[in-house]
Amino acid sequence: MSSLNERVSRSDPEGRKMTIVEALREALQEEMRRDERVILLGEDIGVQGGFGGAFTVTLGLAEEFGRRRVIDTPITEAGIAGVATGAALGGLRPVADVQYGDFLFLAMDQLANHAAKLRYMSGGKLRVPMVMRAPVGATTRGAQHAQSLEAFFMHVPGLKVACPSNPYDAKGLLKTAIRLDDPVIFFEHKLLYGSKGSRKEAGGLEIFGTVPQEEYLIPFGQARVLRQGPDVTLVANLLMVHKSMQAAQNLAEAGIEAEVIDVRTLAPFDWPTLFESVSQTGKLVIVEEDNLTGGWGAEVAARTADTCIGYLQAPIRRVAAPDTPVPFAPIMENFYVPSVERIVATVTELM
Amino acid sequence: MKEVSLTKEKKLAIYRSMVLCRMFEERVNSLFLQGRMPGTIHQAQGQEASAVGVCQALQEHDMITSTHRPHEHAVARGIPVKNLMAELFAKKTGCCGGKGGSMHIGDAALGMLPAIAIVGGGIPLATGYALSFQYLKKPNIVACFFGDGASNIGSFHEAINMAAIWDLPVVFICENNKYGASTAIDQVMKVKRVSDRAAAYGIPGKTVDGNDVEIVYQAMQEAAARAREGKGPTLLELETYRLAGHSRSDPGHYRSKEEVAEWKKRDPIARFEAAYLKEGLLTDNLIRTIRSSVEQELNEAVAFAEASPSPLPEECLTDVFVE
Repeated sequence: MSSLNERVSRSDPEGRKMTIVEALREALQEEMRRDERVILLGEDIGVQGGFGGAFTVTLGLAEEFGRRRVIDTPITEAGIAGVATGAALGGLRPVADVQYGDFLFLAMDQLANHAAKLRYMSGGKLRVPMVMRAPVGATTRGAQHAQSLEAFFMHVPGLKVACPSNPYDAKGLLKTAIRLDDPVIFFEHKLLYGSKGSRKEAGGLEIFGTVPQEEYLIPFGQARVLRQGPDVTLVANLLMVHKSMQAAQNLAEAGIEAEVIDVRTLAPFDWPTLFESVSQTGKLVIVEEDNLTGGWGAEVAARTADTCIGYLQAPIRRVAAPDTPVPFAPIMENFYVPSVERIVATVTELM
Repeated sequence: MKEVSLTKEKKLAIYRSMVLCRMFEERVNSLFLQGRMPGTIHQAQGQEASAVGVCQALQEHDMITSTHRPHEHAVARGIPVKNLMAELFAKKTGCCGGKGGSMHIGDAALGMLPAIAIVGGGIPLATGYALSFQYLKKPNIVACFFGDGASNIGSFHEAINMAAIWDLPVVFICENNKYGASTAIDQVMKVKRVSDRAAAYGIPGKTVDGNDVEIVYQAMQEAAARAREGKGPTLLELETYRLAGHSRSDPGHYRSKEEVAEWKKRDPIARFEAAYLKEGLLTDNLIRTIRSSVEQELNEAVAFAEASPSPLPEECLTDVFVE
C-alpha cells in the first residue's frame, strides 16, 4: 500500500518523510508557537514519563510549552469537551482529545448540544474555535475501542469533520482546524498513526509521507483525487483510502482503471469534485469502515443519486462494515473491516 | 468575614432589580396566556433574591451561565429588557435574533452566555470559561447558575472536580428550589444539602437563605472574592422556591397548599419591603415610584418587541458556522 505515499512524496521532493503522529505533533507545535491562545486538553497528554496521549501525538509538547498549556485532565470526557467549549467561548483555541473515539459518546451532550449550537443559539454572536481529536478504527481491541464515528458528527449541523489519510493532510488539516472559528471533530485512524516504541500499533500500516519544510494549510471542503481513471469512482476516507488505492492497483491489472478520491473532510464535503468524477466514470463505489446503515456513505449515495442520476451507468454501491459491533477475534475483525478484496469484487460486479 | 455594608444606592438598585425581575415574569406570564408569544416558558417568580443577590455582586466583565429558567438571571445581569422581550416575541431584535427563545436568552457581550437548557450542561461551559479567565490572567469570575436537579447529573461532578483541581475562578450557584420539575429533591438526593457535595471536591460549600437578597449578596461577595484571589471555586447553595409552576402548563399539584403558603411568606421582595419600610429606606411612595418606573420600562419593552420585525424564514439558514 505504498502508492499514496509515493504520490504525496512526488508532489514535494524537498519535504521530509514523517508519520502521521509526527505530522500531527508538528502541527500542534507550530500552532502553539504561533498563537499563545492554543492550549491542549486531554488525558495522559503531558505527564512526565507518560505516553504523550494514547498514541504519542503530544509527546514532548509539555516540555516545550509547559503544563499550563498542555493540560492533563482527569478521566472526564464530558468535562473535557465542555471545558474546551467554554474556554473557546472565552477566547482560547483549545485542542482537546479523547484516547479513543468511542469515548466521544460520553462527551456527546457537550459536542452536539453546546459546541455545535451555541453560535446558532446566540444569533451568530458567539464563536467556538475548538478542536476535538479522536482516534478511530478497528484494531483488535473489541467493540468499545474500535468504532468509526464520522457519520454521527457529520450529521450535526454546526460541527466540522476532518479525517486525514496521510501525514501531509494530517498536518495541513489540523493546522486549519485550529485556526477555524468553528468546532472541528478531527478523526485519526489508529492503524495510520505510525506511533513508535511501546505505543506502536500492531497491524499498523507503514505510512510515511512527505511533509514540506515550509508552512502550509489545507482548506476544509477540498477532496483530493489521488488516482485518475475513467471506469469507476472510489471514494473513501482514513484507512479505506489506502485500501481503495490498493484495490485500484489490483483492478488496473485486470484492465479496470479506477478514480480514487480521498474526501479529507466530511463536513464540509467537496461535492463538486465527487460529482465531476462520477459524471465522467458513471459508476460510484463508496468505501468506509463504519457500519453500513447510516454511515457517511449513505449520504454520499443519496446526494450522488440526486445530482448525477443522468450519468450513472450502474447502481451506487457501498463497501462498509456489517451492522454489528466491532468483533475482537482477528479472524472476525478481518471479515468485518472492508478489505481490498471486497472493494475489488464490488467494482468487478459493476463492470 | 465581616459584613458587607451596602450603601443606600446599592440597596435601592437591588430592590429595583428584584422588582424588575418579578414584574418582567408577571408580564411575560400574562402575554403568554394571551397567546402573544410562541413556545414555552419556565418562570422564576419567587427566586429574585438569588438572581439579583448574585448578579449585584459581579463586575462588568464577569460572566454568568444560566439554565432553562433564565429570565430573572438575564434581567438581573442587566441585559436590556426590550431585547429580552423581543427574543420571547421571536423577533429579529431579540438578544439572539430570534434563534434562541426563552430557554437560550443571553448576550455574552453583556456578561451572560446564552442560557443552556440541558440540565447541568452549562456547568462544564462555565468551568471552561473560567479556565480562559485564569489562562488570560483576567481579573474576572464566572457565576454558574443551576438548579437542585442538576446536582445529580454527571456534568456537575466532572466540571466541579476540574474547577476544584485547577482552582478556577468560578462560583457554582445551586438555586435549590426544592423540585426538579415535579420531583422533590429529597426523593432523589441522599445527602441533606447540595452544598454537602462540596466536600467531595475539596472546596467550600455553603447553604444560605436564598430568599434574603442581602444574605445572598454577602455569600456571593465572599465566594467571588475567593475566586478572584485565585483560591478556587465555591459551591453556594441558595434555598429558594419558585412560586410559579415548572413550566407554562404546570399547576403544581405535587406541592401542598401549606408549603406554597409558607414560602409565600418568605417572598424575597415582600421581605425586603417590610424590612426597609420599617427601617425607613423605603416608603410607600418610593415603592409606588419604583414600580411605576418598572411598569413603564416593561411597557416600552413590549411596544418595542411588538413593533420589531420578525426574522425572515430563510434566516434560519445562517449563523451555523462562522466560515
